[in-house]
Amino acid sequence: MRDRASAGAGGQKVRWGALLVVTVVVLVAAGVYAVGAYQRFEDSRTAASSVGTSAGVKLPGAPFVLFRNTASGQGYGNAATVPLSDPGGTRAISGQECDRVYGSPEQVVCLRTNRGLVTSFEAKVFDHDWEQQRAWPLPGIPSRTRISPDGSMIATTVFVTGHSYATAGFSTATEISLPGGTTGNLEDFALLVNGERLQATDRNIWGVTFAPGQADAFYATAAASGRIWLVRGSLSAKTLTAVHDNVECPSISPDGTRIAYKKNDGGALAAHWNVAVLDLASGRETVLGEKRSVDDQIEWLDDRNLLYGLPDESSDGDSNIWKLGTDAGAQPSVFIAHGWSPSVVR
Amino acid sequence: MYISLSDRSGGKRDKPQGMGTALSSEVPFRLSPVILWLGIVSMVTDVSSESVSAILPLYVTGFLGLSTIAFGVIDGINQGASAIVRIAAGWAADRTGHPKRIALAGYGLSMLARIGFLFAGGFWAIAAIVTADRIGKGIRTAPRDALISVSAQPQHLARSFGVHRMLDNIGAAAGPLIAFFVLLMIPNGFSTVFVVSLAFAVIGVAVLGLVVPDIQAKALKGSGAREGHRLFAFSWSHLKEPGLGKLLIAAGLLGLATIGDGFIYLVLQDRDSFAVQWFPLLFVGTNVVFLALAIPMGRLADRVGKIPVFVAGHVALLTTYLLAAAPFGVLWATVGCLVLLGAFYAGTDGVLAALASQLTPSGKLATGIASAQTVVALTRMLASAGFGVLWYAVGASTAMLLAGALLAGAVLAVVFILRGAKRAVPADVSDDA
Repeated sequence: MRDRASAGAGGQKVRWGALLVVTVVVLVAAGVYAVGAYQRFEDSRTAASSVGTSAGVKLPGAPFVLFRNTASGQGYGNAATVPLSDPGGTRAISGQECDRVYGSPEQVVCLRTNRGLVTSFEAKVFDHDWEQQRAWPLPGIPSRTRISPDGSMIATTVFVTGHSYATAGFSTATEISLPGGTTGNLEDFALLVNGERLQATDRNIWGVTFAPGQADAFYATAAASGRIWLVRGSLSAKTLTAVHDNVECPSISPDGTRIAYKKNDGGALAAHWNVAVLDLASGRETVLGEKRSVDDQIEWLDDRNLLYGLPDESSDGDSNIWKLGTDAGAQPSVFIAHGWSPSVVR
Repeated sequence: MYISLSDRSGGKRDKPQGMGTALSSEVPFRLSPVILWLGIVSMVTDVSSESVSAILPLYVTGFLGLSTIAFGVIDGINQGASAIVRIAAGWAADRTGHPKRIALAGYGLSMLARIGFLFAGGFWAIAAIVTADRIGKGIRTAPRDALISVSAQPQHLARSFGVHRMLDNIGAAAGPLIAFFVLLMIPNGFSTVFVVSLAFAVIGVAVLGLVVPDIQAKALKGSGAREGHRLFAFSWSHLKEPGLGKLLIAAGLLGLATIGDGFIYLVLQDRDSFAVQWFPLLFVGTNVVFLALAIPMGRLADRVGKIPVFVAGHVALLTTYLLAAAPFGVLWATVGCLVLLGAFYAGTDGVLAALASQLTPSGKLATGIASAQTVVALTRMLASAGFGVLWYAVGASTAMLLAGALLAGAVLAVVFILRGAKRAVPADVSDDA
């Protein structure tokens, strides 16, 4: 056939030889790299943690901070706690790996990735002694989770990504687990904007926060048709009512008067999220002095200070928890190094 | 070295040349080594791209701590860009008479993008790499299918595409498994996945560059090669050709009623708790059915005709919609949907390329294939966007039934439209093979 006419037998031999060499070289190189990476992983897994640790066999007495430990060495990726009075001190590391954690004095919710040939995602609830109480599968990569102040409701947000960036766009699935079941995906709640029910197609809901002292109400982010709102949800009426524009991942202050959130000032493609605070009574918005883009659901340390995670630029897979006051001119400072997903348990 | 996979059931192996009018049953099937090697190129390239695709969301959100929000937007832009690039690349392949060089440029660009992953950190770097990868895919597809087409026996055209698509999908199924195996062994081993992916991409480019012959202009440039060197006038002119014009209209109509797989998987997941936990397996299941049926469907198309199989593939899709809309929250309904969806791809993907090349004069082969694939890609994008509207307006099940009704109407219309479609230049095609 034609293919043999294009090159002589000698040329063909050279080509086959070259192909063989290229194939062997790249496979050996990739293999050597993989073995090296495996050994580095084994070393770091068994190495002592880069920070002071102790074994967390049960939750400490409140108040404490629950978070994901990202310090290299043993316990990387595990849920950990530090006393609220000494956030930089020795951390008690549990045996549970979690991508996102949130806690109350009596229970911990842990969203995790179960790695395997079929990678799946799961929400697990642990009691005070890190004993598993219940678990349910999640339809995507863990993103946010919250427990209501009375401990009866658990909200989870995940990214539903499909198997590929090529076949599926951005989509979230947000559910609230109730004592008697689940709300199902909050996308199915009626979305009300300016009194009208919105029939938009590309609807996404994420980042639930529970209002203290209110059993039926919660706040969350709703997005549709390129617009983003802070919505107030009602569990009984199955509605989401838009109350403010351009608020993402709301978080209600412990006294219930303010909402801290991330606010995108960079457009849909080049997102830059500032940290802002909304006064619920007056509707006044204050953008705070954090210059970096914050992609996290903010947690209140107390009624005047915020906590959030930022990736550590010098080290992939590591991050730090930062503290920022809500007063004008306040500057961020590291609260817990090598941590992620802070939850203040009072 | 000459590799030949003879068909044992095909009987005597005599001269395969000059049988433009022979039936597939009369000519023994002989797989051209060019098609085998192109299949291997696609297989290792799919291992490369799908291994990264499978773990990219985990890498971006879970590891880098970035948000995936903008990826959806960028992906929409990329799909449009990829469709346009595809026609341009098809045209360039015809114009230069060197489809291999154009295909090599596409595979090469995707390979260079893989190198970028080793150094990427921020969102924009990753978005740029993903874009380069998709443009590379847009460039390479039509010239490669043109190479398959001229290398195949005309009597076994669909089957030859079937062989290629099977190898292609073996790679697509193996890629995610390899990636997740690496992460199972090394939980944060994303860089290892990128290195392995790059290795497979290099092998793909090497096989294409070193082993696949640059099938020369003579084979591709027919008498019509001097016509229409202007890019856009060129694709319009297809509508005037009796066969291809009808095929483009038919494929477009069917594409408008073809919603994205993601929607079908979401319906299944809503209904069946099995599907929630094993969501990633739905994609793998469809892929496995596709690769298992690719050759049988191609053989069938060569025997009973490509158009009936192409239409039947869409009937399988229609059945998928109905089964997904039906209120069965049970395992067999989910599995049934995957089998039907896989059959749809097996009966339409390679068969469409075979149909398009059969209906295109040889000098315009790559452009003809690219036109058909672009029409399908763009109409499917429209269909998915429209279906999203329906989904929220009337609910998942009703939307699925409406899509099914639309598809049924499209199938009927297409049966009518394609009744008279004939081969444009049968003599040319068989002489070249």
